Amino acid sequence: MSLTDVLITILKVLILLLGAPLLALVLVYVERKTLGRIQRRMGPWHVGPMGLLQTLADAVKLLTKEVLTPERAEPWAYWIAPIVVFVPGIFVLLVIPFTPELVVSRLDLSLLYVFALPAVSTVGFIMAGWGSGSKYALLGGIRLVAQAVSYEIPLLFSVLGVAILAGSLSLIDVVDAQGGTVWYGVVQPVAFVIFIMAGLAEHSRTPFDMAIGESEVMGGPTIEYSGIRWAMFMLAEYVNIFILASLGTVIFLGGWHGPVLPGWVWYLLKTTPILLFVFWLRGTLPRLRVDQLMGFCWKVLIPLSLLNVVVAATFKVYGWGPTVPMVIGSLLAAYWFYRREWLQVVAVPARDPVPIPEPVPVAAD
Amino acid sequence: MAEAVSGGSDLNAEFMEINMGPQHPSTHGVCRLEMAVDGEVVLDCRPEIGYLHRGVEKIAENLTVIQLPVITDRADYLSALNTELGVVLAAEQLYEVAVPERGEYIRVIMAELNRITNHMMFYGALGTDAGFSSPFIFGWWNREIIHDVFEEVTGARMLHNYIALGGVKQDVPPNFKDSVQKILPRLADGLDRCHGLLTDNEIFVARTRGFNPLTPEEALRLGITGPSLRATGLARDLRRLAPYSIYDRFEFEVPVGTVGDVHDRYMMRLLEMRESLRIIEQALEGMPAGGEYRGEIPRRLRYPVGEAYSRTESPRGELGIYIVGSGQNTAYRVKIRAPAFVHVGAMEEMLKGAYIADAVLIFASMDVVLGEADR
Repeated sequence: MSLTDVLITILKVLILLLGAPLLALVLVYVERKTLGRIQRRMGPWHVGPMGLLQTLADAVKLLTKEVLTPERAEPWAYWIAPIVVFVPGIFVLLVIPFTPELVVSRLDLSLLYVFALPAVSTVGFIMAGWGSGSKYALLGGIRLVAQAVSYEIPLLFSVLGVAILAGSLSLIDVVDAQGGTVWYGVVQPVAFVIFIMAGLAEHSRTPFDMAIGESEVMGGPTIEYSGIRWAMFMLAEYVNIFILASLGTVIFLGGWHGPVLPGWVWYLLKTTPILLFVFWLRGTLPRLRVDQLMGFCWKVLIPLSLLNVVVAATFKVYGWGPTVPMVIGSLLAAYWFYRREWLQVVAVPARDPVPIPEPVPVAAD
Repeated sequence: MAEAVSGGSDLNAEFMEINMGPQHPSTHGVCRLEMAVDGEVVLDCRPEIGYLHRGVEKIAENLTVIQLPVITDRADYLSALNTELGVVLAAEQLYEVAVPERGEYIRVIMAELNRITNHMMFYGALGTDAGFSSPFIFGWWNREIIHDVFEEVTGARMLHNYIALGGVKQDVPPNFKDSVQKILPRLADGLDRCHGLLTDNEIFVARTRGFNPLTPEEALRLGITGPSLRATGLARDLRRLAPYSIYDRFEFEVPVGTVGDVHDRYMMRLLEMRESLRIIEQALEGMPAGGEYRGEIPRRLRYPVGEAYSRTESPRGELGIYIVGSGQNTAYRVKIRAPAFVHVGAMEEMLKGAYIADAVLIFASMDVVLGEADR
């Protein structure tokens, strides 16, 4: 490795390290604008042209705010938690191939790496929940860990099918395998849907945001944090959403491949709809309850993701012939199964049955 | 707290006690729910109120009848006009004052508009508690439309001090009929949007339907009134059963539910808004074009010796106002029977066995305003 290579790598890392906060700022702005439009209001408007500097102003406010440590906190766990949550996101960004050139590290096991590393941030959340010395933080932390650990299983199974098809665990190989042919999102539609759902749950986004549910546990593990440390949680959340959209693009939508336009344009064109979809959900869906959330994972997503692995294996062995009916079949089966299981998942917890009373006739005046 | 929750010192150490409120976003003000939870399930709950106590009833004893609505506005700040109506109706019994036609119609229109603002607030709060921020803004938009009309008529947006002994304080502006007629279709449209956003939302239905059902007997035993009682299937609306003001002149349905679950309670409010729109429409038709808006009131406003009780259907339930006069300038006693107070008391029984997330929704579905509960 020559000196130039080292310098270029350092430059790329620096771009990512500086780019991640900038990315979060942009995403927060876009999310607030999108939400505003959904809710018939303007969103950020006053600071800068079209409110563009609003998130920057918020960031400055957070940086200059006093950092409080609650009296009953476990100082060490409380201090280290935001870093543990934030750092894995940055590390994942290192291996994501934005374009053939713009990738810091060409790891052979990157598909495994990008799902294994974020599991570390779960530890950060339980540290925050425990270390804050607050019951709400603890409740939220426990919720988040239960949720993140469960949803990692369908998340991994959903990309397993792609790994089988591509015959590689390298993200670059996965993208290249989609080069001249159809995207894996077409061959594996069920996997794509499961991937997005489980990804949302993994990062505790609406409608799976019960861990940070502000109307129940008031922000969950992050409730006691302020200033820069809270900003790190925020940063991690938006970096994770971007990673989710990026992985969706890379694994299921063919990454940088596309006609005419340069790679990075195609990359952005594919990532943006996923991001907007995530923000759109936030404006239109309530939150699931804890038992519904877990039931949805174990009873719906995991069986469906297993079914999807079977479809992928069929394609690998027998080619297109049997796969086309299987894809359609798996879509139909998935829908039927989803409806059936969903109704069971959301069923009311058992209570004494209440007889439906006769309406009392309204007294004549 | 341990004693309070378990009724003894045998509270198992495995259970966590959490304090929901008084600064929790989902307690709609400053209610405090002391809960013992086993994981996510509420084992026991004790509602604690008093954080918003301002001594409204005591202050009211030092006010003349003209000043009275000012302080009762602050009790139930979300439906101030309905509270004023109850207070003034009781005072009118005591003073034996007649109200002119136009005054009655203005009162009904304003009270029903106020009912819609209150239910829109309920809609938004329930949505927010379900983890969904859009309904809040949707409800707020519709509220704003009505608040603009309120501002034209009374000069205030929330705390009006408008309905007064013998009628209303001042006449409505000349374009009142037009401006209300103009907002009616907008409100109907806004209501449709609200329905479209939340009523059939799959996750919302999953969270609310069939949950925490109440039978009419249970509801009556707990003292629940208003839409939450009608959700159980009991068509008990004082506007129909014991019509006050001129409510006997209007045609409107009393929506009733079937199961009395959270979703039924939610639906009652939304259906009621539709009926309120109908009442307003009819009242605008029947409102006399001119004439007195305020009847003759005695020149010396000493409270006659005696007592009076009025009960009205406030948006939250049955609102009772009891006034005792003793020949002085100020009342001897003013008592408010606040539905929200009773509903907070019912929480202890209703929240048992619910998940924490559902406890929040159940609390919201009872439409509690702590200003009224604490007074």
